Amino acid sequence: MGRIEDKFQNLKTNGRKAFIAYIMAGDPDFGTTEKLVLELEKQGVDLIELGVPFSDPLADGPTIQAAGQRALASGTTLSGILDLVYKVRNKVQIPIILMSYFNPIYHYGVSDFLHDAKLKGVDGLIIPDLALEESKETVDLAEKNGIDLIFLIAPTSSLERIKKISDISSGFIYYVSLTGVTGVRESLVKEVGQFVNKIKKFTKKPVCVGFGVSTKEQVKELLKYSDGVIVGSAIVKKVEEGRDEKDIVKKTSEFVKALVSSAREK
Amino acid sequence: MTLPDNKGHFGEFGGKFMPETLMTAIEELQKAYDKIKKDKTFLSEFDYYLKQYAGRPTPLYFAKRLTEKLGGAQIYLKREDLLHTGAHKINNTLGQILLAKRMKKPRIIAETGAGQHGVATATVCAMFGLECVVYMGEEDVRRQSLNVFKMKLLGAKICEVRSGTKTLKDAMNEAIRDWVTNVKNTYYLIGSAAGPHPYPMMVRDFQSVIGKEVKKQSLQEKGKLPDYLIACVGGGSNAIGLFYPFYKTKTKFIGVEAGGEGLNSGKHAASICAGSVGILHGSKSFILQDKDGQILPTHSISAGLDYPGVGPEHSFYKDTRRAEYVSVTDQEAFDAFKLLCEIEGIIPAMESSHAVAYAVKLAPKLKKKEVIVVNLSGRGDKDIGIVQDYMKMITPIKK
Repeated sequence: MGRIEDKFQNLKTNGRKAFIAYIMAGDPDFGTTEKLVLELEKQGVDLIELGVPFSDPLADGPTIQAAGQRALASGTTLSGILDLVYKVRNKVQIPIILMSYFNPIYHYGVSDFLHDAKLKGVDGLIIPDLALEESKETVDLAEKNGIDLIFLIAPTSSLERIKKISDISSGFIYYVSLTGVTGVRESLVKEVGQFVNKIKKFTKKPVCVGFGVSTKEQVKELLKYSDGVIVGSAIVKKVEEGRDEKDIVKKTSEFVKALVSSAREK
Repeated sequence: MTLPDNKGHFGEFGGKFMPETLMTAIEELQKAYDKIKKDKTFLSEFDYYLKQYAGRPTPLYFAKRLTEKLGGAQIYLKREDLLHTGAHKINNTLGQILLAKRMKKPRIIAETGAGQHGVATATVCAMFGLECVVYMGEEDVRRQSLNVFKMKLLGAKICEVRSGTKTLKDAMNEAIRDWVTNVKNTYYLIGSAAGPHPYPMMVRDFQSVIGKEVKKQSLQEKGKLPDYLIACVGGGSNAIGLFYPFYKTKTKFIGVEAGGEGLNSGKHAASICAGSVGILHGSKSFILQDKDGQILPTHSISAGLDYPGVGPEHSFYKDTRRAEYVSVTDQEAFDAFKLLCEIEGIIPAMESSHAVAYAVKLAPKLKKKEVIVVNLSGRGDKDIGIVQDYMKMITPIKK
């Protein structure tokens, strides 16, 4: 059993839901990212998503676009991120998921990448622009290498697509709460609960909800229907606001702590 | 064998690499297009607008003085520059707007580099009374100000894109972000033979009117098909529109990419000549990328060619050696631009000047009985400012 599956089993046994935090790897540098991973685990985050910066992040809003630019400016590469994961893997138990657009992975070589990622301690992978239709080879290779390939389902997904994606998604299913790019939204779409139930008719895999989530209230609300919630841009914003490494870790930590406690409330 | 296959693959190229939010819309588009593709009412309506609104067929003009000057093969110019809005882009926008109307999408978005596709989209939206939003890089807004003004006159909203390199690639990113957000009521009218399936196929089909006419005109005028077809390639829509109807013939295809300041300078936009296979904007194709798979900034004197990718069918033609791809520099394109002005009285678009520039190199090496058709994809009014700037820049060096 992989770390992700293990984690969800564990949460279930304890009657809890997952709080998943996204940060951009290398934003503003690897040293900060390393400290943040340790701190996020300490604050009770259940899974960590590390963003891989890409020059053309077409599913991302301004906050994550800017974070990606900062990470690229500090020389962040995919292989550098694998080394970082290797470095922190001995210090944390938390499942680590990479979120990357397909081109950096394709350019690295899908097979080599999955092999190396496993070796360095990566548990899961999200590729937002790898559509179901083009995914077969990657799905097979991920399975072979023991890496969970997590797929996204959107509010626009047809029943047929929901069924197929639920089948191949591994680790959990990422439900995109809204039609749009990543980024903080004041209010969430009302039908999220209904939609998650629709997905759950096809699968027993955990369904986690992300995109647009930033407040304690939203976290609490979404966990009513789902198995986990993903917060990205709102955390990345704290990294952006920090003056230096220490300040970034402090601001992020405080913010995440509040969200985690909201996720733990019964 | 018909290409692409039903999943949108041209050999290993093409496909659909897009966020899940858009996949259902892409499926719907594919279904809608499959339906109208052979629909007689649709095709006759399309044909009507191509003739009565855009001004087709365009002439296949024998460039006598250019031919004499070069002393080799006979050079014919396919005059897409004479179309309404001044470039071949109108062919595709007419086809897609008729499709968007059938799909009952009230809001149209588009990306544009040189502004020709933006103007063509704004034009058809004005004609059919649809809302139009055009994404254009800040850098291109500056260098193609005439087209920006035209689009505004036509009632389009221009969204200046300030992310990344502030050119066509970033305009396309931003248009896709808009589409992800407004997918329910919005039709994304892509102007290039790029993007996820079915766009490369659909744009090719709508632009194929160029090649079909050339075929007919060449047979009428010369009693044979041309020996060479030459067209500039950015995303590659005018080139594929010219080439595709000749796919099964012996006519040779040459795609001319933007060599900028030379392929060794790193300042160019020659995705096929100098790139490698990758995934950008929804399809697998040749792209310009660094060793980590990040997309590289590009450069070209021509905004319409200033793009780090190329339509997947061109990658397939390259891979199977059906077409040859070459590049010409900014300077060579500029010289060809001036030459065509001076001896043929035609002001070509800077994009099309790349194709002319390669014809200038090739023609003298060929026999006099051989025939070259150059796709003059657009006219150069929009480039006058760039040409003035470029002349100021190079004059002191030449002296």
